[in-house]
Amino acid sequence: MDYLVRIIGPLLEGTGVTLQVFLISFVLSVPLGLALALVRVSRFAFASSLVNGYIWLMRGTPLMLQMLFIYFALPFVPLIGVRLPDFPAAIVAFVLNYAAYFAEIFRAGIQSIDRGQYEGARVLGLSYAQTMRRIILPQVFKRILPPLSNETITLVKDTSLIYVLAMNDLLRAARGIVQRDFTTMPFVVAAAFYLLMTLVLTLAFQYLERKHAVYDG
Amino acid sequence: MARPMIDARGVHKRFAAVEVLRGVSLAVDQGEVVAVIGPSGSGKSTFLRCLNHLETISRGSIDIEGETLVATTADGVCRYAPDADIRRICRRMGMVFQHFNLFPHLTVLQNVIEAPITVKGLRRDEIVPRAEELLRKVGLLDRQASHPSRLSGGQKQRVAIARALAMEPDIMLFDEPTSALDPELTGEVLRTIRELAEEHMTMLVVTHEMAFAREVASRVVFMDGGEILEARPARELFAAPEHPRTRAFLENML
Ligand SMILES: Nc1ncnc2c1ncn2[C@@H]1O[C@H](COP(=O)(O)OP(=O)(O)OP(=O)(O)O)[C@@H](O)[C@H]1O
Ligand SMILES: [Mg+2]
Repeated sequence: MDYLVRIIGPLLEGTGVTLQVFLISFVLSVPLGLALALVRVSRFAFASSLVNGYIWLMRGTPLMLQMLFIYFALPFVPLIGVRLPDFPAAIVAFVLNYAAYFAEIFRAGIQSIDRGQYEGARVLGLSYAQTMRRIILPQVFKRILPPLSNETITLVKDTSLIYVLAMNDLLRAARGIVQRDFTTMPFVVAAAFYLLMTLVLTLAFQYLERKHAVYDG
Repeated sequence: MARPMIDARGVHKRFAAVEVLRGVSLAVDQGEVVAVIGPSGSGKSTFLRCLNHLETISRGSIDIEGETLVATTADGVCRYAPDADIRRICRRMGMVFQHFNLFPHLTVLQNVIEAPITVKGLRRDEIVPRAEELLRKVGLLDRQASHPSRLSGGQKQRVAIARALAMEPDIMLFDEPTSALDPELTGEVLRTIRELAEEHMTMLVVTHEMAFAREVASRVVFMDGGEILEARPARELFAAPEHPRTRAFLENML
């Protein structure tokens, strides 16, 4: 018990880092994903295929590679050449990567809406932007809650990848103690912390799903 | 003679290689109720959808209340009005679809007030009384807080009619408004349309309901193979169809 109290401090600190990376990445990547999806389904064929290529690149290479690239290789890329500290580098990698996944979720959602909804809105005089904002996206949002929930929980766990940038997130903090004290206890505590975080998210998404259950379709 | 509400001349429409409309001309006057009948695939829906720019035509011209939606020059160039004009012109027409196309995430009342608020910029308190009046008229005031999924097909279609009327259109287009309904529910929808006819709403109704066409329509248009073969006062056309294909179609229907 004493031991637990002693290790909880560093583990909580690690949890703080994990939560920060998760929250910032989530808040930024969802709108970016939505924007990408809107371009993807727009009538601008060139922009749409650019987004398509971007999604292919982001989903087709390991997130860890992307993170290492942004942290270590970006400074040497001509023109862009910026050196990011570890925290912003991690955020940029997560946002760029997860926006691609969220974009695919939004795209599938948008394309699942019946064409009649667009026509119904159009004959009432709504513009394309108004149709999207008032008619299509509210329905999309309801439909994509389950896959969005999935992806969000994956993001929580993926934050552990930042150990490659030597950042002290929850998992790295736990591993540090394990190696120092030769006990697996910190891993158990870390697992409990991850479970708690994903439980909160699961409940939050369940709440949203229930709230939107007032209508079918 | 006042200008017609709808004036379509020589409308051609092709989907890829298939010519679906082959020179359709029709003028509809203020207060007229025109029923469009014809076999499946004859181009009835397509013609209706060309009138409010859900489809673009490949040749011909369409004027709505004297304003040019699209025109074709003598050398065959088909040109639409600027986008802003198209939107303004098409707003004078309401449309009701076979499958209602209500917005499932909105309540009945919200469905009706959505466009007046978003498109016309009306305030809620300006449009709600009018929306309630329309819902009363179609007999659904007590369902205003329901979502469409809780309604029967006939109720959905009456909401769709109220929703279109909330934009105060001069013309109403109906594309088989009762075809998706159980037979016992068609009556309530047809009654609503008949009431609109009595108020002299200009209407173009694609329908398979011959009894309705005979009673309510001032004129009936028979389409086949992308052409109008006959357009005459309802009683005349039903009593003595001129074209052999009209005759064959009507014999099949009755
Ligand atoms: N978007 C489209 N792409 C290709 N062909 C189409 C399209 N829409 C309609 N058609 C074709 O155009 C023709 C006319 O169709 P339309 O829907 O106007 O007929 P209709 O008279 O309304 O028939 P119904 O009574 O079955 O509704 C049909 O052959 C149909 O297959
Ligand atoms: Mg049709």
